[in-house]
Formats: sequence, structure tokens, C-alpha cells
Amino acid sequence: MIWTTIGSTDDIPRRGARCVATPQGKIAVFRTADDQFYAIDDHCPHKGGPLSQGIVHGAAVTCPLHNWVISLETGKALGADEGSVRTIPIRVENGALLIALDAQLQAAE
Amino acid sequence: MTQKLVVIGNGMAPGRMLENLLETAPGAYEVTIFNAEPRVNYDRIMLSPVLSGEKSYDDIVIHGDGWYIDNGVTLYKGHRIVAIDRAAKTVTSDKGVTENYDKLVIATGSVPFIIPVPGKDLPGVLTYRDLDDVHAMMLAAQSRDKAVVIGGGLLGLEAAAGLKARGMDVTVLHVMPTLMERQLDPAAGYLLQKALEARGIEVLTRANTKAIIGDGKVEGVELADGTIIPATLVVMAVGIRPNTALAKDAGLEVGRGIVTDDKMLTSDPDIFALGECAEVGGNVYGLVAPLYQMARIAAVGLAGTGQDRFVHSETPTKLKVTGIDLYSVGDFADGKDREEIVLRDASAGVYKRVILRDDRIIGTVLFGDTADGGWFADLQKKQTDISQMRDTLIFGQSFQGGPSADPLAAVAALSDDAEICGCNGICKGQITSTITSKSLTTLDGVRAHTKASASCGTCTGLVEKLMVLTLGDAYNPAAVTPMCGCTDLGHDDVRRLIVAKGLKTIPAVMQELEWKTSCGCAKCRPALNYYLVCDWPADYADDYQSRFINERAHANIQKDGTYSVVPRMWGGMTSSKELRAIADVVDKFSIPAVKVTGGQRIDMLGIAKEDLPAVWADLGQAGFVSGHAYAKGLRTVKTCVGTDWCRFGTQDSTGLGIRIEKFMWGSWTPAKLKMGVSGCPRNCAEATCKDIGVICVDSGFEIHFAGAAGLDIKGTEILGQVKTEDDALVHIVALTQMYREQGRYLERIYKWAKRIGVAEIRRQIMDDADKRQAYYERFVFSQKFAQVDPWEERVSGKDKHEFRPMATVGYAQAAE
Ligand code: SRM
Ligand SMILES: Cc1cc2nc3c(=O)[nH]c(=O)nc-3n(C[C@H](O)[C@H](O)[C@H](O)COP(=O)(O)OP(=O)(O)OC[C@H]3O[C@@H](n4cnc5c(N)ncnc54)[C@H](O)[C@@H]3O)c2cc1C
Ligand code: SF4
Ligand code: FES
Repeated sequence: MIWTTIGSTDDIPRRGARCVATPQGKIAVFRTADDQFYAIDDHCPHKGGPLSQGIVHGAAVTCPLHNWVISLETGKALGADEGSVRTIPIRVENGALLIALDAQLQAAE
Repeated sequence: MTQKLVVIGNGMAPGRMLENLLETAPGAYEVTIFNAEPRVNYDRIMLSPVLSGEKSYDDIVIHGDGWYIDNGVTLYKGHRIVAIDRAAKTVTSDKGVTENYDKLVIATGSVPFIIPVPGKDLPGVLTYRDLDDVHAMMLAAQSRDKAVVIGGGLLGLEAAAGLKARGMDVTVLHVMPTLMERQLDPAAGYLLQKALEARGIEVLTRANTKAIIGDGKVEGVELADGTIIPATLVVMAVGIRPNTALAKDAGLEVGRGIVTDDKMLTSDPDIFALGECAEVGGNVYGLVAPLYQMARIAAVGLAGTGQDRFVHSETPTKLKVTGIDLYSVGDFADGKDREEIVLRDASAGVYKRVILRDDRIIGTVLFGDTADGGWFADLQKKQTDISQMRDTLIFGQSFQGGPSADPLAAVAALSDDAEICGCNGICKGQITSTITSKSLTTLDGVRAHTKASASCGTCTGLVEKLMVLTLGDAYNPAAVTPMCGCTDLGHDDVRRLIVAKGLKTIPAVMQELEWKTSCGCAKCRPALNYYLVCDWPADYADDYQSRFINERAHANIQKDGTYSVVPRMWGGMTSSKELRAIADVVDKFSIPAVKVTGGQRIDMLGIAKEDLPAVWADLGQAGFVSGHAYAKGLRTVKTCVGTDWCRFGTQDSTGLGIRIEKFMWGSWTPAKLKMGVSGCPRNCAEATCKDIGVICVDSGFEIHFAGAAGLDIKGTEILGQVKTEDDALVHIVALTQMYREQGRYLERIYKWAKRIGVAEIRRQIMDDADKRQAYYERFVFSQKFAQVDPWEERVSGKDKHEFRPMATVGYAQAAE
């Protein structure tokens, strides 16, 4: 596990998300209304919809393609739908955002 | 063994009979129905609200196709029985189907009477009996301007009001001195005439039709005194005759109707007759209450479960024209042995008259205030001695035994056997006990279980009061579907409270209206955002995080996460320069697909999100702006070539379409808004299935709205006709603003119109010039803030973060 800086907390609007591109696909990084940060794969367990493009409410996001609601804390689909997406460890350090990636990945720039 | 039951006619009477039969003796018969009308059983009474646009056919279906399947009933739609062979016990239809029966029910209803004048067969002369007649009238109302209704009875007046609501000029011809003379006394008939005239319906009494004139189609009606009234549509509603021909041919005893005994059996012991075609006790009937009694008795007879007999009773008459309240029951002719009590309140337009004989009510006529109709009828039915309350009788029930005018108390005071629903003969006690025994909490539930208020619906208010009395707080008449799980409030309440409390941010709405979640959900947030954008155009800062991705990224997300881009092509017009610019963009960004949309413009599909601003920049250079193909807002205005090119064009439809699109682009609406402008009634721009459409005609512009061609298919309703292009624009804009202010989020115009009522929309936009102007001005004001090209904004750097990854992480370099 390598903690990699991906930007600062201000880069993401409240109730919004940004993406981080990695060779293993995109990671979606979320900021909730009360400034909690979460990172999950940007790939809906239903049909791969880009979760970073969904509407963020509470600690959940609604997928833009067919409205599954995914928990940002657990990565699991909420309600009647079943499925889950990988969650990625994330932390805030002095206003910087860091996520934990597999050892072979690190920031290119 | 199950016996074979064949029913001829699928109207309201046999429909009810089968319900009763299936309930009391399920499986006793194998049932086959032949219906000359090509459809299922529907509520004929409600044709008038369909004609006026207040209801749709779907709303008035009594038994849908599923009902026949579920109950194992075979229905031959569009089969008219042409012969009954009583010896062989068979019936044969005009399509050649022969079916044998053990028991036969004849329920062929009535046929409208056609007065035998010259011209009665001309195209454009209609009767008013079934859905086909209504459709024919609706069609005529679309293209023709003047209608004459012959007959000032219940049917004629409902037809006249419906045609008026559809925008026609209507004249009613009535041969007697006052309207509805069989149900109303002259005073009430006069008030009724005034009320109709106030709505712009012309009424001519003592008008004796001599001929219908016209060459190949109707052009007018000529009266006995020589007057000619121009008309392109004539509706004959002068009465009905029991439909007895088939029974007569079969040798059954026929008088005015098919003669039956009080068990609804005809002169053949295996054949029943019921409904309007039947004559029982020397009477024929034309209202459903007695027909439903016949239905019950025939069902009992078929099931062999009892000895009920038909008894005559008076049925009240009500006119189903919204806004005109009248009620009459019993005998109201003057006479030596009679007394009357009359109340007139000219300013309130109220007239009440109760006719007494020996201190008992024998007739009631009410106009303007009909709340006490049921109470008077009940006193009449029970032959109550009214001498004790004579002084206050006319003031109605709430004045008896106290000063309370509380309508709830009045209903509470009714006895258990007081009739609430006249159509279905349902008493108060039946309703209250069913509410309790079946734990009903909704009006629909009560309708399903008791039938009360399920036919003509005029007693709905009474039924609701009974629910309040029986259920107390458990009944919430305004029970609404909440917007979503975050609140108990429905869309309308939220909209109202946003304005009433001056709430101008989403957090303020959630706080003041006690949202149950901290920051809403993907259902309520976009809705709230729209309501705030619409209600506070100058003050509210759009909350992008509450918009669906398409509206945040100003492009349509595709299944693979790429986007599509659709620039505006005003009114569908384009040029070589525009096409070249699109071609260049497609090449430069290697856009994988280019498609012509159904909305007369070009869609570029499969663009990476990161590339969007650069694509827009190039398109912007060529003069393109966002087509809002992603928006709950104005999408396209489809046009045809109109007078510019087309040999049939009557107006510049392309120009008007472009003008509308340029005026209205950028506005947000509850759901998407699509328009069309056709240059003539050939309608090549398909304007009559759009949210708003215009059909150009020689004399001006016919404005249509509330069409649909997506999940539902629905032709438009006519808003009205205007003379100039300027007027057309103002009316369309005002209509859009009314919809913007009242529509629920994601509710297309046709659904909104159905909820609000087409007539009400017409009233506000066509008839009320002040309202129209105010709507128009509010729209124009809000456009100041809305007409900003979102693509250009983003090309200049707005919301940069939206289009770029936050970081890119690569494989670790060994050297590092
Ligand atoms: C591109 C186009 C099909 C085409 O290739 O021609 C299209 C494409 C889509 N339509 Fe459509 N509709 C297109 C014309 C229509 C039409 C025809 C018309 O407008 O003349 C209709 C029927 C008319 C109507 O709207 O009632 C139509 C009825 C729908 C509906 C059903 C709406 C309804 O309430 O019944 C949806 C679903 C929805 O909106 O929820 C829909 C939704 C969609 C969406 C937005 C699906 C989605 O949510 O992703 C598609 C987006 C594709 C894209 O990215 O461009 N589209 N769609 C047409 C774009 C027209 C334009 O220039 O803007
Ligand atoms: C516009 C309008 C408004 C009305 N308003 C009211 C109101 O407010 N209150 C009220 O109480 N009543 C009202 N009525 C009257 C009420 O609708 C009728 O009394 C009732 O529908 C009659 O029912 P029925 O079953 O006898 O006949 P219908 O409902 O007329 O049904 C007869 C059916 O038999 C079919 N048929 C005829 N001959 C044959 C054949 N040979 N083979 C097969 N099928 C055949 C016909 O096509 C028709 O579908 C209204 C009627 C109309 C037209
Ligand atoms: S009809 Fe419309 S919504 Fe359906 S697949 Fe085609 S473009 Fe998509
Ligand atoms: S892909 Fe996310 S809900 Fe279907």
C-alpha cells in the first residue's frame, strides 16, 4: 500500500465528486455535505456506470445510468439492489487528499 | 353443468348485472357477450367530461380487457347481433358468429332519435350516444368553427358545453320555451339558460328546425320561421328510443320497450331484457339508477337466488356541466292541490323550489346550490310530514333543529337509510358499515367496495364527508403521494410553501419543511432545484450538485460513460457553413458516430468528457449554441417548410418556429418541452403530438398543447386560435409559464393538463387577458437569467473541475 496525494480537499465541491485516472481504471473521490471524503471504483456494480457523475446525498451516490444507490462507506448497493464496488482507503492531511493504492502504482507527476 | 349465458349489448346495465352475477353465483354460467361497439364496458355517463376534456377514455373504462380474461367472459367486440332464433336458441352476429344459449339477456340500450327533416343525413350531422360520437365531435371541433346543437335537454346541453370547451361557437336550438322542461320548471330553465349564455353559448328557444342545409356537407340549420343559422357541425340530441328492433323481429312482446315482468323476464322465459331497451311496469328509463336495479334483479333471477322485484322510484336529474349546479326530482307541475315554497337569491344565482302536497314533498328543483338535494329527495321518498319544519324547510337540512350550517353535521344527521349515491342506490348505512368492516381509508377503496360515487361522481363530496365521520383523523382526503422518502409533503405543497414562505435555497426548504434526511436524495434535490430556479429567477443560485449529470455537464451521458453533443439548429434549418463546421469537429475529435435526431438536428455521439469543452469551443466558433438535448427545458421546435417553399403553406411556419425557439431557449421547465409548427393542417411537423404545437391556417394560428408521443401516445388538445404571429408567441409563452409554475418536476405538459383540466388552462390563457399577460411577463423576466449559452460559459472556464480528472496516477518507474 502506498499513500498517494491526489490533490487538495478544495478540488472537490461539496456533494460532488472528481475522478482519479489510474492504469486499473478510474477511481471516484467524493466529498459529502459535511466534508467527509470517500474513494471508490468509478464503476457501478450494475452495468459499469460512472459513479463519479451521480448525485451525492448523505454518504451515498445515485448512479447516473439507472439510479442504483451506492453507499460510499461500504461500496454496497443500498435498497433492493445487490452488488458492491471496491472502496479505497482515503485520508486528509493538512488539506491534502491521499488515497492508498497498490504498491506498483504511484503518482506520475 | 354450467349453462350458457349470452348477452347482447355491453353497456352499463349488463356490465353491472355480470358483476352481481359473478359475485353471487360464480361459475354458474359460461358467459359470452356481443357488443356492437368495438370496445369494453365503459361509463357512458362520463362521455361529457371526455368531450369537454376533463377526463380521458381510459379514465372511464369500467371493465378493462383484463376483467374479461380474469372472469372467463368471452367478449366479441364490434359484433352486432342481427338475429335471435328462439327455437334453436341461438344468436348470430353480423360478422357471421353464431352462438347458442341456455339463457339470453337483451341489453341493446337506446338509439338516438333523429328528427326526420331534410338534410338529416348530411356529413357533419351527429348524434350523442357513444365514444365514436364523442371522437367525431372532437375531430369536428378541431377543424370547424361553428356548431349547432338541436335539443336543450340533458344530453344536448352537455354536448354544447363540451363543444364550447373545445373552442367551438355553439348555438343550442330548443323547441320548447325553456330548457330541460321535463326536469326543470320555467324559472330554473331560465336561470340555466342565463348560465349557459354567460359561458358564451347561444340559446334559442321555441326554435323549430325545418331543415339542415348544405351541399355535400352541413352548412347550416334552417328554422321554421326562415332563420338560417350557419354551422359546420350539427349535433342532434332530441331524445332516445329504446332499441327494440331485434326483439321485435324475434317475436318478443314489445311496447315502448321490450316488455318484461318485474323480474326482468320477457315474454320468453329464457330471455331477460334490461337497461334502456326494457319496459317494466309500463315505464322505460333513461338514467342508470333504475337500470342498476334491473341489473341486480336479473342477476338474482339468473342465479336463482331470490325473488326480488323491480319497483319504480324517482331518480334525480343532475347536469354534468362543471360550474352549473342543478338538481331536480319528482313532480313539479303547478296544481290546485299543491303548494310550493320558493327561495330566490338573485345575487348568488340561487333558486330553490319544493313542491308539497298534504305537507309532503312531491318534487324539488334546485339551481345554483344543490347541497340539500339528497335531503329533500330523502324526505320525499319517506313521505315525511314536514309541517313542523315548514318555515325553515327551504333553507335546507342544516337549519333544522339548530343554527348550525356545518355540512359535516348535516351529513351526520342523515339517517342510515338516506340515499347517498343516486346512481347506484347506495344508502349512508351501507357506506359507513363497509368502511368499517373492510377497513377502507381511501375514496377509491370505498368506490371499489360500495360503488358509491363511482358512476356520475356528483355525490363524491357526501361520500368523503361520510369517510371523515367514520374514520375521523384516519381519513385524510388530501392524502398525497410524498415527493420522496425524505418528506411527507407532495410536490404541490412543496411548491406552494416555497412561494408562501419565501424559501430561496435548498437548505432553507429542507429546514423549514422539516426534511427527514440531512441532504435529500436524487429524487427531491433536482425537483427542489427546479422549483427554486423557476420561482426565484433573479435570486436563486442554481445548485449544480443537485442536477442530474446531463444538466451538470451540458451533454447527454451514454451507456459507456461518454457523452453526446447536440447543437441547436434553429427550427431545423442549417447551412453549408454549419454542416462544414460539424464535419470538421467530427474529424478533429475522431467522434465515432454522427446521427440525425428525431428532433431535426445533428447528434455527435461518443465524445470523452474531457474533450467536451474543446468540442464546444470549435462549435461555438461556427455560431452554434447548446441544443439542450439533455435538459428538462426547451428542446426543439420542429418546423416544416411553410410558405417559404411549400405549395400548401398558409403561414411562415419555419419563421415562427425559429422565432419561438430563439425566444424560449434556455428556459427550464418541469420536464422536457418539445414543440412543432406546421404550415397547414397536413401537419408535416407533427405538431399535434408535441407538448406545444401550432397548426397554421389561412385565418391565423391554431395553438395545440398536451400531446405526447413517447411512453404514451396522445393527440394534442386545442388551446385556441389566434390571428397573428405575435399573438401566437404570447399565448405559447404564457402557457409555458403557467406550466412552469404549476407542473410537478418530471411531469410532462399532457399529464399536468390532465390534472389541472384542459378547460381551466384555456380559461386562464385564452380568456383571461390579464393572467396571460402576467404569465408572459414573468417568463420574459426569467429569461434574462436563463439565456446564457452554457457551452460558451464552460469554454471560458466555468466548472473546469467537472471536465478534468483530479489526478492521473501511473505505474511506478523503476528508476525512481
Ligand atoms: C437523439 C434522440 C433519438 C434520435 O436519435 O433521434 C433521442 C435520444 C434520447 N432520448 Fe428521446 N430522443 C430523441 C427524440 C425523441 C422523440 C421524438 C421527438 O422529439 O420528436 C421522442 C418522443 C416525443 C416525446 O418526447 O414525447 C422521445 C422520447 C423520449 C422519452 C420518453 C419521454 C416521455 O415522457 O414519454 C425519453 C425518456 C425520458 O425522457 O425520460 C427519451 C430519452 C432519450 C435519451 C435522453 C435517453 C437518456 O436519458 O439518455 C436519449 C439520449 C441520447 C443522446 O444522448 O442523444 N426520449 N425522444 C432524439 C433527440 C431529439 C433532439 O434533437 O433533441
Ligand atoms: C352523454 C350521456 C350522458 C349521460 N349522463 C347520464 C347521467 O348523468 N346520469 C344517468 O343516470 N344517466 C346518464 N346517461 C344515460 C346512461 O348512460 C344510460 O342510461 C345507460 O348507459 C344505458 O345503459 P344500457 O346498458 O341500457 O345501454 P347502453 O349503455 O346504451 O349499451 C347498449 C350497448 O348495446 C350495443 N348494442 C345495441 N344493439 C346491439 C346488437 N344488436 N348487438 C350487439 N350489441 C348491440 C350498443 O352498441 C351499446 O354499446 C347519459 C347518457 C349519455 C349518452
Ligand atoms: S428510443 Fe430513445 S431512449 Fe430508447 S434506446 Fe432509442 S434513443 Fe435511447
Ligand atoms: S450502471 Fe449504475 S445503475 Fe445501472
